[in-house]
Amino acid sequence: MAVTAEQVADAMYDLIKEYMGKKKFKAADLTKAMIEKFGEDQCDKALCKQAIRLLVDSGRCVYTYFGGSYIEIPHAEGAAGGA
Amino acid sequence: MAEPQRNTPLLDELKKGPWPSFVTQIEEMADAGKEACDQLLRLLERSYNEKIGHWKHGGIVGVMGYGGGVIGRYNDLPEEFPAIAHFHTMRVNMPSGWFYTSDALRTICDIWDRHGSGLTNMHGSTGDIILLGTTTEHLEPCFAELTANDFDLGGSGSDMRTPSCCVGPARCEWACYDTLALTHDITNHFQDELHRPAFPYKFKIKCSGCPNDCVASIARADLSIIGTWRDRIRIDQAEVRNYAAAGLNIEREVCGNCPTKCIEWDGNELKIDDENCVRCMHCINAMPKALRPGVDTGATILLGAKAPIVEGAQLSSVLVPFMKIEPPYEELYDLIERIWDFWGEHGKNRERVGELMQRVGLGNFLEAIGVEPVPEMVAYPRDNPYIFYEEYFVEEGEEEEEEVEA
Repeated sequence: MAVTAEQVADAMYDLIKEYMGKKKFKAADLTKAMIEKFGEDQCDKALCKQAIRLLVDSGRCVYTYFGGSYIEIPHAEGAAGGA
Repeated sequence: MAEPQRNTPLLDELKKGPWPSFVTQIEEMADAGKEACDQLLRLLERSYNEKIGHWKHGGIVGVMGYGGGVIGRYNDLPEEFPAIAHFHTMRVNMPSGWFYTSDALRTICDIWDRHGSGLTNMHGSTGDIILLGTTTEHLEPCFAELTANDFDLGGSGSDMRTPSCCVGPARCEWACYDTLALTHDITNHFQDELHRPAFPYKFKIKCSGCPNDCVASIARADLSIIGTWRDRIRIDQAEVRNYAAAGLNIEREVCGNCPTKCIEWDGNELKIDDENCVRCMHCINAMPKALRPGVDTGATILLGAKAPIVEGAQLSSVLVPFMKIEPPYEELYDLIERIWDFWGEHGKNRERVGELMQRVGLGNFLEAIGVEPVPEMVAYPRDNPYIFYEEYFVEEGEEEEEEVEA
């Protein structure tokens, strides 16, 4: 595949950033969006899985739980208050 | 200044019953100087008085790289209860079958005394070691200590939850496959799915060694792997006669309770019509010295159980009536991945796989995951007139072509 995991990770990050505060993305949402963006011949589930791992392991994104698990850009936890 | 004496009359009521009380346990920790435990009791008493919960769960907390294993908890009165402003739960992956050395238990407890409230729940409903109550800054150091001692976090959120199993062949002669080995292997094989949530919702796997289903996988797991056999129940006729001589009324207690009435006892010999046996285990449980599962063993794979959240409670349904469960478990893993693929593609947010199966229909679901329908999947024959067996249908014109060719 011509597209690299790093490129997919960047595209995922841009998408999450664009919708930050408006929409949360699950791993499957990001995967579908990337396959649509790059095309099935360039991008598949395995590559997206690798890209998500890059995002999370580097700390650029984190998993969050709000009734289901989402991938978001790290931000202050509202419920934590000043504690 | 010392905190005023705890005044918790409602919680005190919970100590009066015949069973050990969680209140007593938390009080012990509070009296030992754990401020978080003291405030936990005060907040709970307040909730009981106000009939309002003061906890929020979920959020952003976790350890680096993982999306599961930490459940964020915050109270909404942090100024009044600062010691439990954060009170996160950590789920630690338990060993298969819950076998520990006392040294391992001490290690976990020591780590938790250093990093958390000291309160544990052995074990949670998924089977994990539950460590109750820590703060965000203690998560990473606690995780580092746990991993340094060969423990790992379990699952939480929309991931594969920590797989669990019965004690299996370690302590039970009825185990039809090695539940401990399979659970350990599933845990290692699907590390990514365990730690990095990628599903529409949670997915639980539980392994029971025989149809007694001691871990209640049929009710508590999305995927239940229940040991069974496909040959004949082994009978020791001499032991059967011993049971009769000892006073067991075999006709009434064994034959009479057989759900398919496939057992006969003539006072000297026990006969079982294995073709009609549904593997309920009743006769084996009643005469364990005389009857044993067969030797051609494996497991039945069932799918779809869940507790009532969106829809009502569901038990798992048979997906594969018999599968050999032997390393490297390729057939099983291949099936699981096909299920996840379809569910990941078509499942709605917070839709369990059993709900998806109901929504799209069993026929469509089976076709999508490449499993042939078989009679064992049907609880009540002819119950559903919309399931067709294609080989019984001949399109118009096809029949004529076949006749011409013949």
